[in-house]
Amino acid sequence: MNRTVQAILLFLVGGVLLHAGVTGLYLRYVKAGLRPLVLAAGVVLVVAAVATVRYARRRPAGHRAPRISWLLVLPVFALVLAAPPALGSYSAMRTGTAVTAPRIAAPLPDGDPAPLTVIDYADRAVFDHGRSLAGRTVVITGFVAFDRSGAPYLIRMLLNCCAADAQPVKVGLAGQVPPVLQPDSWLEVTGSYTAQQAEDPVNGGTIPFLDVKRARPVPPPADPYESRG
Amino acid sequence: MWQRLGRPDWLRPRSHHAHEDGGGRGEAFWGSVRHDVLHAGGFLVGGAMAAATLKAVVPSSWLYAAAGNPAVAVLVLSVLAVLLSICSEADAFVASSLTQFSPTARLAFLVVGPMIDLKLFGMQAATFGRGFAARFAPVTFVVAAGTAVLTGAVLL
Repeated sequence: MNRTVQAILLFLVGGVLLHAGVTGLYLRYVKAGLRPLVLAAGVVLVVAAVATVRYARRRPAGHRAPRISWLLVLPVFALVLAAPPALGSYSAMRTGTAVTAPRIAAPLPDGDPAPLTVIDYADRAVFDHGRSLAGRTVVITGFVAFDRSGAPYLIRMLLNCCAADAQPVKVGLAGQVPPVLQPDSWLEVTGSYTAQQAEDPVNGGTIPFLDVKRARPVPPPADPYESRG
Repeated sequence: MWQRLGRPDWLRPRSHHAHEDGGGRGEAFWGSVRHDVLHAGGFLVGGAMAAATLKAVVPSSWLYAAAGNPAVAVLVLSVLAVLLSICSEADAFVASSLTQFSPTARLAFLVVGPMIDLKLFGMQAATFGRGFAARFAPVTFVVAAGTAVLTGAVLL
């Protein structure tokens, strides 16, 4: 791999990072807070590519890059050609539900129904036994997945840093569940707390349920993940 | 340990191309940026592919079959830490969801991961030579897992 090829490779990787950072594509792979780092890395790589071309022109001799560097072509192609989708029901049902540390539940946000994240609902339902949810209607958004017996769950993946450490937060759907549901389709579900619970067969974690009043199909949100508050 | 058993020919330090005759500071800087990105980046992609394959192919229910036996559990989670190569900022959250494993096994997962994983091994092999990395990585693994078990036995 001579220096011109190295420069092209650096430019491509940097360009793809910039593209992902600017368009919001990066949200499928890392958490939203990392956007400045994604953009900065892209800028540094593009500058490095330009510098490489400039110095190579001045003094053509230079050492070659190791063959392993060719592997960097793969993520570029993956992003340009296919742009792998965010994690969905397949990963979610093969991984145990996220277990969170109990914490003091703040009062529910105002509004009827009160908008909650899936992880917030699960926290309140499991550790607070629904006390802070009593008598209220809440609305949560996530994608649909089914377990082996065909029972529907509303799921949101929880990120700490990037998709490699994503864990599903599963909420079982009870009550007036729409008769026809597609896995991986996004739903906005309005309902209230129910004491029904299940045990995740994968890791034994507790899965809370929501008594569904209304369910509305929605487009996938810009940021498909949630992170711990 | 290195002083007792080490042999210099295992080490193959990267030849420090002390930036070939002349060339300004800028050239040296961008030259090493380019070299490091291309070199480490390649190994990073390799490690990421291995970890992603493992995550997509092996269902985690297999993992939990190992949770019953304490010794096997420690071993399995240590190996998993090497294979998954999760950054140390995030592994605690993953460890917390491995609820069926003993605290000692989860401690081993947390200790082994940052010490040795696939991408670290790749980079060590590239920097110090394969002969060194192939000896250094198992030693690191045993020391890290052993320390975790000892600590777990005393404290947990």
